[in-house]
Amino acid sequence: MNQAITAASSRAATDAVAVRLSGVRKAFGSGDTALLALDDVSLQVAPGEFVCLLGASGCGKSTLLNLVAALDEPTAGSIDTGGARIALMFQEPALFPWLTVTGNIELALRQRGVPKAERRRRAAELLASVHLSGFEKKRPHQLSGGMRQRVALARALALTVPDESHDDGKGTVLLMDEPFGALDAMTRDLLHDEIERIWRERALTVLFVTHNVREAVRLGDRVVLLSSRPGRVVEEFPVTLERPRRIDSPEVASLAATITDRLREEVSRHGS
Amino acid sequence: MALETHKSPDLDRQLAGLDALELATGTRRSPLARAWSALWPMLTAVAIALTAWELVVLSGWKEPWVLPGPRDVLPEFWNVVSEGDFWAAVGLTMRRALVGFAVAIVIGVVIGSLVSQSRILRRAFGSLITGLQTMPSIAWFPLAILLFKLSESAILFVVVLGAAPSIANGLITGVDYTPPILLRVGKVMGLRGLGLYRHLIIPAALPSFVAGLKQGWAFAWRSLMAGELLVIINNTQSVGTLLHYSRELSDTPRMISVMIVILIIGILIDQLFGLADRTLRNRWGLRTETG
Repeated sequence: MNQAITAASSRAATDAVAVRLSGVRKAFGSGDTALLALDDVSLQVAPGEFVCLLGASGCGKSTLLNLVAALDEPTAGSIDTGGARIALMFQEPALFPWLTVTGNIELALRQRGVPKAERRRRAAELLASVHLSGFEKKRPHQLSGGMRQRVALARALALTVPDESHDDGKGTVLLMDEPFGALDAMTRDLLHDEIERIWRERALTVLFVTHNVREAVRLGDRVVLLSSRPGRVVEEFPVTLERPRRIDSPEVASLAATITDRLREEVSRHGS
Repeated sequence: MALETHKSPDLDRQLAGLDALELATGTRRSPLARAWSALWPMLTAVAIALTAWELVVLSGWKEPWVLPGPRDVLPEFWNVVSEGDFWAAVGLTMRRALVGFAVAIVIGVVIGSLVSQSRILRRAFGSLITGLQTMPSIAWFPLAILLFKLSESAILFVVVLGAAPSIANGLITGVDYTPPILLRVGKVMGLRGLGLYRHLIIPAALPSFVAGLKQGWAFAWRSLMAGELLVIINNTQSVGTLLHYSRELSDTPRMISVMIVILIIGILIDQLFGLADRTLRNRWGLRTETG
């Protein structure tokens, strides 16, 4: 626990915040039929922090990410990302089937304002960083599920590239919505190593939604437990286990068990 | 930014191994084998059709000069296709078809993109367009002849009305069924306005648009044949007039030969659209594993 306190206080000392949610509330519809997805969610994510959002169905995890990505507006409260470059990744790779692998990434680079002459080279770099060199000319359907998800990761990273001419000093926030949920366990474990490495190398701030407790403990600096209908922050668990972690290590399992118990307690409130 | 600093070689190898295992290696057949496997069912079907036809003739159901068999018609078919006049007639018909189809594409695309823009327009015109699509084109001819007399315009009018609704509908369906997840990705990427259309909606609508073109062609071709039989313009030779005059002269072998030509043109063009459709589906990975 001591470690946790040190980590928390050193973070507070820098006092930098990459993502700040204050009293965020989101309702869909209006009147009696309105569905309250999020209620009074306050959360601060430090730059370079890896935060896992954990919750059962209906906790508004995806809604939360949509709000941070500015795809949707909160009903009340505020969200501040300090103008960070934001990328979002989903459970499905959602690649454009009419483009090649490199075409998908080059389109994202184009949207980031990267000049045409540089796009191919930078797409190749991004593909190399997800171990997909040599697959540039393939089409998404020719790749396996895990490979497609890595292309999606490279595309998300493409949206966060800084301009080479000048570093604007703005942060980079990667939002991930159960990105490995549809993959087999073996592929998923390898991608955990992969995302951890990329997170470190690029000093990304990551907000990672999952319903898999072990995955959350494996990856997160902090696990934030959300309640369901409406989503509220129930409890936060700092994860101080040394990296790199293994998803099947006893330490991960033990903390995951604690969090699972808390999650079950939360879920059982809805049964009665 | 220092990237690629500490890549673990182990992870490299493991991922590469998994990738290699997961990429299924499809076996490729030779082009000759593929062509043959597409051809023999077709040839068999033709043989069965010819046999059935011959059997009907042999049964004596109709007099042989009313319904001649393939043995009388096929030599006449060769005579017909070796005439210069015949090819001039086919040329005029194909020119009408292509001009009509091109005009229908322009009109279909304009209407389709306008209507797909807004939900209200879609509600207002969607069922009207579908209604026009199901309306038999021959029902337009009385009006066309009143409006344009017996002229090229009358034929063009009906061909365009036959094809344009299908083309518009194909486009509207394609835009409507752009996968929502891709739209979300586009939004995250910051695609909006024209860029959204250029990079996302138009490519996403392409397969459905091609299907609309294919259907539009079928309607255009039918309308054209009806038009050439009904709107006989003096001093012109088209496939329709060939059919018309061979009936007038009770030259049944010639009439059936022209019908076979119409059938063959229809099949050839359908094959072209099929090819475009298959190429698109293969590239997108939408292929259904048949054939």
